[in-house]
Amino acid sequence: MTAHRPSADGGPDRDPSAEQAPAAGPGTAPTGRVTTGFGRYLLKHLSGAAVSLLLVLFSSFFIFRLIAGDPIDQLTRERPVTPEQREAMRAELGLDQPLWNQFLDYITGTLTGDLGTSLQYRQPISELVLERLPATLLLSGTGVVLAVLLGFWIGTRAGWKQGSRFDRSHVAAGLLLYSAPTFWLGMIVILVFARYLGLFPVNGMRSASTPDGLLSQALDIGHHMVLPVLTYTAVVYAGYLMVMRSSILDEIGADYLTTARAKGLRDDAVRRRHAVPNALLPTITMVFLAIGNIVNGAIITETVFSWPGLGSLFVSSIFYPDRPMLQALFVLFSSSTIIAVLCAEILYWFIDPRIRKS
Amino acid sequence: MTSPLLSARDLGVDFGLPGGRTARAVDGVNLDVAPGEIVALAGESGCGKTTLARTLLGLERATRGSVSFGDEPLRYSTKALKAYRRKVQLILQDPTGALNPRHTIYDAVAEGLRIHGLVDDETERVADALARAGLRPAEKFFLSYPHELSGGQRQRAVIAGALVLDPSIIIADEPVASLDASVRGEILALLLRLREEMDLGALVITHDLGLAWSIADRIAIMYLGRIVEQGPVEQVLTEPRHPYTRALVSVLPDSPLPKPIVLSGELPDAAKIPGGCRFRPRCQEYASGRASAVSDQCEREDLEVLSADASRHRVACHLHRIERRAAA
Repeated sequence: MTAHRPSADGGPDRDPSAEQAPAAGPGTAPTGRVTTGFGRYLLKHLSGAAVSLLLVLFSSFFIFRLIAGDPIDQLTRERPVTPEQREAMRAELGLDQPLWNQFLDYITGTLTGDLGTSLQYRQPISELVLERLPATLLLSGTGVVLAVLLGFWIGTRAGWKQGSRFDRSHVAAGLLLYSAPTFWLGMIVILVFARYLGLFPVNGMRSASTPDGLLSQALDIGHHMVLPVLTYTAVVYAGYLMVMRSSILDEIGADYLTTARAKGLRDDAVRRRHAVPNALLPTITMVFLAIGNIVNGAIITETVFSWPGLGSLFVSSIFYPDRPMLQALFVLFSSSTIIAVLCAEILYWFIDPRIRKS
Repeated sequence: MTSPLLSARDLGVDFGLPGGRTARAVDGVNLDVAPGEIVALAGESGCGKTTLARTLLGLERATRGSVSFGDEPLRYSTKALKAYRRKVQLILQDPTGALNPRHTIYDAVAEGLRIHGLVDDETERVADALARAGLRPAEKFFLSYPHELSGGQRQRAVIAGALVLDPSIIIADEPVASLDASVRGEILALLLRLREEMDLGALVITHDLGLAWSIADRIAIMYLGRIVEQGPVEQVLTEPRHPYTRALVSVLPDSPLPKPIVLSGELPDAAKIPGGCRFRPRCQEYASGRASAVSDQCEREDLEVLSADASRHRVACHLHRIERRAAA
């Protein structure tokens, strides 16, 4: 063997192996470049979201004209009307205009916040929506927050100790609940906790007999919330559990965890400081989707528990069918999802350093 | 040579397999690393070198035998392990995976200090470690993320993260295998320089005998959980004695052996270690009949575990033993 051994005694002052920082210096990149990068990234995602929103606007106008039937038939269902009266109603609702004009009215109306008038309530849709929105935000918002926290907490620990009894029992229980139909689970919950045990009210959001004070009203609403929130959380938390678990499993063999352990970091600190922050990255889109869905997230739960929110409004509009209301709710539900996803993309820029590279 | 700092005695590590079988990943190893000494541990993939490294680091518990550091046996209490991990540091093969992608280089290097509560003049210590690892000027790298650096710079950052705790020994698992050829030499030169400057001992795990030749003082050749030959690197690689080492050396470009020896078969399963000499099923000497005088022993008699004696060239082979006796 004739290979040369590199000499170790090159002298301490001469260091041929020293790595020079690149001229542009990572980390000291001129801030101008960074903002341009972010500007381009933001523009790309903003324009994507804008295109999606426009498509939603177009499609909601045409879809409900195709499937929801003639509003005049629905308005005159229970009384005889002359053709003249029908024409008068048509003119009142603006339906005698050419489709193109109706479409322009709809677009300008939606963009300026005028969502039209509900056929079943004869009230401005925006008023009805604003009236119902707090109830929905309260129920689904609480449910989503609980489901995400519970799912992530269990998912992290289940993935960290894959195959353990904790893992197996929680995955089984979560999937069992996940596969239970919401209306069925809701009825079981009502039967057990409201009927037999009498612990909670059967439905609604408040009782008529509650005194007016802020505290007693809040307690009353809280009391009514327990069963619907329980049902909603029980059905959806397993989704977050499974995603977080697999995300942890993706990280669990990573070398940086071994490095951290070899430096003396305790196992639970390795999980908390290294594995969880990285495993959370891919779940952000899912969390934001859930936030976007808070507006329409609990349609079945609201129906089962007669919760006075947007979900039950949507269901009653389908049965009427209340075309302008359906149209408006469709736009609202879709755009909240689109905006939530846009927020997730923007957030990624700030928390995932690798995105800034490209 | 000074007395060993890190040593393994009769070390064995078993893994339970499904079906109640047991894999003997490490099956009797004596190994010493002295301060300022670089020891190479070479062998095929799956021969147990990484398990041995993990056990020396206390990441894996020994099933048999012991690991000791400075004459103190390694204890596995949380506190004892934490103290131990200041002294013995790990460098992994792939620096991209070894760095948390969301931590800056500063945080990656400072992590060891924070774990061990060395919070005074943290910035200076981090800058010093980066500079010693060859990342200069250190401040320029503080706020960089791993993906902004080249492969060689990342490995230097990993090394800086190890150096910041002033370890006495570094265990490097294939430290340059994932790097470009041009960068390899630089990282190896860095390890040699650290040995000079800090009297740092190192156990370098590699499958590349050329690399072992370049940087190591001693080499241990591992086969199926056991060291089959060890000694000063010049002796072992210029006069390989064990048939396995001879086969490994024979395929090197500058081999001292006349013609390449190609081993037949695969490395056996660590759950089914052959009886007698564990290398026999693949041994070219046994197959060619050159070992006929000792074939009985090859088939029945397991070889004794080599002692860790640092200065001498030792071989675990029945054929070699009778040849040496005949020569004497």
